[in-house]
Amino acid sequence: MSTISIRKYASENGALAGLLVLALVIALMQPAFLNAQNLLNVGVQAAVIAIMAFGMTFVVVAGGIDLSVGSIAALAAMVGALTAGPLGLVVGALCGLVNGALISYGKLPPFIATLAMLSVARGLTLVFSEGQPHETDAVVTFLGSNLAPSLPLPLLLMLAFFGVTGLILTRTNLGRRMYAIGGNEEAAKLSGIDVRRNKLWIYALSGLFAAAAGLVLAGRLGSAGPQAAAGYELDAIAAVVIGGASLSGGVGRATGTLVGALVLAVLRNGLNLLQVPPFWQQVVIGVVIALAALLDSLRRR
Amino acid sequence: MNTLIAARGITKHFGATKALDGVDLDIFAGEVHVLLGENGAGKSTLVKVLAGIHSPDAGTIEGHASLAVIHQELALVPELSVAENLFLNRLPRRFGFVDRAEMRRRAPELLRRVGLDVDPDAKVGDLGIAQQQMIEIARALDKDAGVLILDEPTAVLTDTETDRLLRIMAQLRDNGVGLVFITHHLDEIQRVADRITVLRDGRSVGVLGPRATPQHMIELMVGRPIDEQYPRARQRPGTPLLSIQGLTRRGVFEDISIEVHAGEVVGIAGLVGAGRTEVARAAFGVDAYDHGTVAVDGKPLRRHDVQAAIKAGLGLVPEDRKGQGLVLTATVGQNLELVTLDDRDQSRLHDIAGKLRIKGRVEQPVKELSGGNQQKVVIGKWLLADPKVLILDEPTRGVDVGAKVEIYELINRMTAQGRAVLLVSSDLPEVIGMSDRVVVMAHGRVAGELPEGATQDQVMALAVQEIPA
Repeated sequence: MSTISIRKYASENGALAGLLVLALVIALMQPAFLNAQNLLNVGVQAAVIAIMAFGMTFVVVAGGIDLSVGSIAALAAMVGALTAGPLGLVVGALCGLVNGALISYGKLPPFIATLAMLSVARGLTLVFSEGQPHETDAVVTFLGSNLAPSLPLPLLLMLAFFGVTGLILTRTNLGRRMYAIGGNEEAAKLSGIDVRRNKLWIYALSGLFAAAAGLVLAGRLGSAGPQAAAGYELDAIAAVVIGGASLSGGVGRATGTLVGALVLAVLRNGLNLLQVPPFWQQVVIGVVIALAALLDSLRRR
Repeated sequence: MNTLIAARGITKHFGATKALDGVDLDIFAGEVHVLLGENGAGKSTLVKVLAGIHSPDAGTIEGHASLAVIHQELALVPELSVAENLFLNRLPRRFGFVDRAEMRRRAPELLRRVGLDVDPDAKVGDLGIAQQQMIEIARALDKDAGVLILDEPTAVLTDTETDRLLRIMAQLRDNGVGLVFITHHLDEIQRVADRITVLRDGRSVGVLGPRATPQHMIELMVGRPIDEQYPRARQRPGTPLLSIQGLTRRGVFEDISIEVHAGEVVGIAGLVGAGRTEVARAAFGVDAYDHGTVAVDGKPLRRHDVQAAIKAGLGLVPEDRKGQGLVLTATVGQNLELVTLDDRDQSRLHDIAGKLRIKGRVEQPVKELSGGNQQKVVIGKWLLADPKVLILDEPTRGVDVGAKVEIYELINRMTAQGRAVLLVSSDLPEVIGMSDRVVVMAHGRVAGELPEGATQDQVMALAVQEIPA
């Protein structure tokens, strides 16, 4: 490999390099990190945020933002626990559609529309649950279980969603249009792309992915809580950004987002292993997010 | 002769490409020094090196004069007043607060130097682009800039505004300012240039005097003789492919009727603000209209529906390449496939990129291409869709001479295949030279139509016509 292609590779995979360095440092300080069971745990811990972040990737690539994914995840899980899992997915997609409609046809900025949904979906979760956690049924619980002693289903689901996200982004017209809309909405419109209808689907996808993430989370815990997944939208956005996507749109990849979610999970796991107090963990995670964004911005200059 | 800036042997690489290769440039006090060259020849890089934005890999710059650059994208704060913008960064202060009275007192003097008569309290965002440019120039002069670099300032100006700018430039020159002027318009060069440095592929290929002929400038620029600037190959017109009838949008344009036949190029000329772009956008379905019809190949189009227009066989290359034509974050290939996403045949992409002679790979980010090659990408995405009628709105704005001729050849190829072209252009020689008929618009109406071989005077006479309301 020539110097130029190494440099190109590194610059396109800055997040991956960061993940490896991070893992190496943690492994050196605490060898138990590399324990197979622990690595599986990291994967399981990453799964919920990753699935949510894959949906967020569509939105961010298309130049938007979705603040409502944490609340949608909680609502979908609660509906799933009170009725049946698939209905939770439908509710999640519907919430996304409402976001899309407010943004496309109501011409609201994505920040405002999804901020409203953040509140509405959380509120509905509290209403339906009457403030109490509810046990999940066998189907939902299965989503959080192990297929075999070292084969956790959340991990497999994360990989499946990763594959689907990559396919949608690179191999479907909807995916190609996301890049066009996020890169230059006006040019997309003048090229005959129905920007408004596409945005509906994009936000619906984000809602659907958030619902799936919510069900996986509830499955792992065996119950859906009224305050579940609160604040997860910020982790999802962080994963997407660490993965190299641009919040101004048009740039982003499934691989990047997967790596971004893994960075967050490895960091949390490593900080626990190193017995860093939880209050300090938040500080460290914030610093890492800022560093990742800084590196990315330096690289682009 | 008082030399303000002397640059010697300036060399600058970007990765593997050599943007500048041993360029010498002297800027004297009291001269207008034109930098001429195709897009990608190194003009902008040279300006950035002079301004200290890039440091050269080799070469020296000696100079005592302070230097100001007026970029095409203006560096003004639209929400602040004229006076505040003039003194931005060095607002006069009194007791720690902005001294508005002092600012208002000093602003008119500065504005007078650039012949601008505006209220210092007016919001800059409310002013026209030409006035904003003057404000930037005034600000540079207040900082005692001895050298003023103007990077394609006339690209966004109307003819009268350009005249005024050229007069101000001449005046500044007479006051001893050294001006570096970048423009693609050869007529402007002939009007103000004292010396012309021609750049090609990062090298300075000649310094010409004020008497240089356009032919000479073009040949130096492209490095080969150009036979004909407007190589229009006429076809026998066939059936009407685009017919616009009585198109009206209240307050914008009124009762516009234009017919374009198969094999034909119809030009739309007129002053900026005559409503040409608005008609093109309405016909293509981007904007709504109040009355009238648009039909492609006899089939009426649904109003305000871009998808329907494209389906019927209409295409539009918009005037604002970066703002409306390209997805700058995407690659050449991704831009080419925008209109024809449903078509999965990737080989056609490479095919069209080759045919268009786009300098750049299909996988390359489109923002790395020069203006001319970017424009070829925008046109290429439509050629892939093979529309019956293509509307080109200012297709060669900011495009160098070589690429211009290539775009004209594309127009010829389309009409030779029985397609039709509606050519909106502010470049009079171009719209006259490339059109089979020229429709002239004034004040939102059709002022008249001229056959092939019309003169610029005839077009202008119609364009400035007062139409009774």
